[in-house]
Amino acid sequence: MKILVPCKRVPNPDLKLKVANGSVDLAGTTWQVNPFDEYAVEAALRLTEKGKGGERVGEVVVVSIGPKDTSAQLKQLLAMGANRAILVAGDDSALDSDLVARILRAVVAAEKPDLVITGKQAVDGDDNQVGQILAASLGWPQATFLASILLAADGKSATVTREVDAGVEERRVRLPAIMTVDLRIIGKKAVRNEALAPATAEWEDTQRLASLKGIMAAKKKELREITVESLGVAGGILVKTLRHEAPPARKAGVKVASVEELVAKLHNEAKVI
Amino acid sequence: MPGTATLVLLETTTSNLRSASQPAISAARKLAQANGGSVVGIVIGSGIGAAAQDAARYVDKVLCCDSPALAAALAETWAPVLVAAVKQTGAAALVASATSTGKDVLPRAAGLLGAGMASEIVAVMGAKSFRRPTYAGNALTDVEVLTPVAVATVRQTEFPPAAPAASAGTVEAFAPGPTDALGAEFVALHASASARPDLTEAKVVVAGGRGLKDAQNFKVLEELTDLLGGALGASRAACDAGMVPNDLQVGQTGKVVAPELYFAVGISGAIQHLAGMKSSKVIVAINKDPEAPIFQVADYGLCATWESTVPPLIAQIKAVKATG
Ligand SMILES: Cc1cc2nc3c(=O)[nH]c(=O)nc-3n(C[C@H](O)[C@H](O)[C@H](O)COP(=O)(O)OP(=O)(O)OC[C@H]3O[C@@H](n4cnc5c(N)ncnc54)[C@H](O)[C@@H]3O)c2cc1C
Repeated sequence: MKILVPCKRVPNPDLKLKVANGSVDLAGTTWQVNPFDEYAVEAALRLTEKGKGGERVGEVVVVSIGPKDTSAQLKQLLAMGANRAILVAGDDSALDSDLVARILRAVVAAEKPDLVITGKQAVDGDDNQVGQILAASLGWPQATFLASILLAADGKSATVTREVDAGVEERRVRLPAIMTVDLRIIGKKAVRNEALAPATAEWEDTQRLASLKGIMAAKKKELREITVESLGVAGGILVKTLRHEAPPARKAGVKVASVEELVAKLHNEAKVI
Repeated sequence: MPGTATLVLLETTTSNLRSASQPAISAARKLAQANGGSVVGIVIGSGIGAAAQDAARYVDKVLCCDSPALAAALAETWAPVLVAAVKQTGAAALVASATSTGKDVLPRAAGLLGAGMASEIVAVMGAKSFRRPTYAGNALTDVEVLTPVAVATVRQTEFPPAAPAASAGTVEAFAPGPTDALGAEFVALHASASARPDLTEAKVVVAGGRGLKDAQNFKVLEELTDLLGGALGASRAACDAGMVPNDLQVGQTGKVVAPELYFAVGISGAIQHLAGMKSSKVIVAINKDPEAPIFQVADYGLCATWESTVPPLIAQIKAVKATG
């Protein structure tokens, strides 16, 4: 099983976002892997693990489109356990979901993975489009917002659950397919490859950290840098970002000292009860 | 040459338009104004004739794509139907509410159309320009779609539910093309049964977080919820801990809500949570930590444990209700 995991670097979401003069100022930020993509890497690794011999069966290739220093995030993913990394030179300001999907399509054509797993959205743009557009352009089925993946023993299909508005939806999907993952995909028993791991198999209830050994091993792993042109992808974006602004601030509220005061305010002032 | 109709995907049961799709109709009407054309709805499914009639009360025309092969909302089969409908109507825009179905299907349709898409728009700025939240709602971003057809999903809380049009539209059958699911197959929906209003539509939401500690303790929040006729919500931490089902999660990656009254109980107020409830009219926070960020967005903050405050809160609201 060869799994391709597209990953984006995003600014640290816990730092206060600076929005001024129509743009977002990311000069002082720190960068990290988009959490959902990190979960996708965790899911992909699990699909290659816990076989009889204990060694990994299959290959996990991570790919990112970004500036040169995105190699730091890719190295972290290699240290987590990914086998190889590809960095396509690019800059967020010149990309949109469609162009990202077209670049990834070219990577898929070159790598021929059995499965593509990625995060359901990047937590900066919050677009939630790339997986679906990529699936459309490849003519592959898509399984989005996944909470679990059970890969069939023959490697030809998977049974998945999806987080939907009404609850949890179960689907079956033929491979090759595009999967996008939601938060719960890192649950203890959320992901399993029937060909390798027994039904009792369990992982930690979170994505793994890079171990010291992993970091050492990552130094020897391939991180290939390529260009969009080398992939034969041309053409521009379909959606242009015009400007950003800070959302209106909520007006300062008050602290109430007691339940009595709260109820009085809700009744007399806010008139909501 | 694309025309000026605006196409809106309307989700239905077999008999009715789903209320989740009403905000998309409001957005489609705005776009139709900008495009100078009509609003055409499309309903997709199996045995949905009655639902198409219901939906026609809101739009100029409904295309009804009714086929057993389309019973489940699979992006693989639904997206090509939308593409065919865009082509047939010459629509300049395709919109849907940002439900889990809209978010799954519309980007695939955009991909097939080669059209630019704006996700979870909160305002229509022009025929091709939209405002949408980014960075977990910490920025509002204006985008322009550069292709002849613009695709957008609509954040439900930011557009009002549409009222029926002055006169009902017509219903036309729309033949599906080949319906190849590409090996994708719906197996089952495990719905969380609840007699309460929909989280995204409720006037009152009572949400609990990790501070509730276990599922049992949500009972007292449920009592408050039902007293106010509201819906129950939760933080990611409460969902992850299995205290409540995952579909109650409010936030950047859960549901976006904007009720008249939101209670955040034992919730710290992480930005990912705030992203889903910041537009609520009145926010009440109950948290024992005076430094909790939730107090920065709360209209009324009560710094105390829920154990000592929620039971008397229920009693006193009952008293207020009794005296009117
Ligand atoms: C990619 C990503 C997406 C995410 N998406 C979401 C999302 O959509 N929604 C979401 O909610 N989170 C989301 N999160 C998680 C988010 O970052 C926080 O971890 C989460 O919201 C915390 O939940 P909490 O406030 O319940 O828990 P905590 O942060 O642990 O807060 C618990 C609070 O309870 C208070 N408390 C404890 N005991 C009591 C008591 N007895 N009485 C009163 N108060 C008490 C504490 O003071 C504390 O403030 C996401 C995270 C990531 C990385």
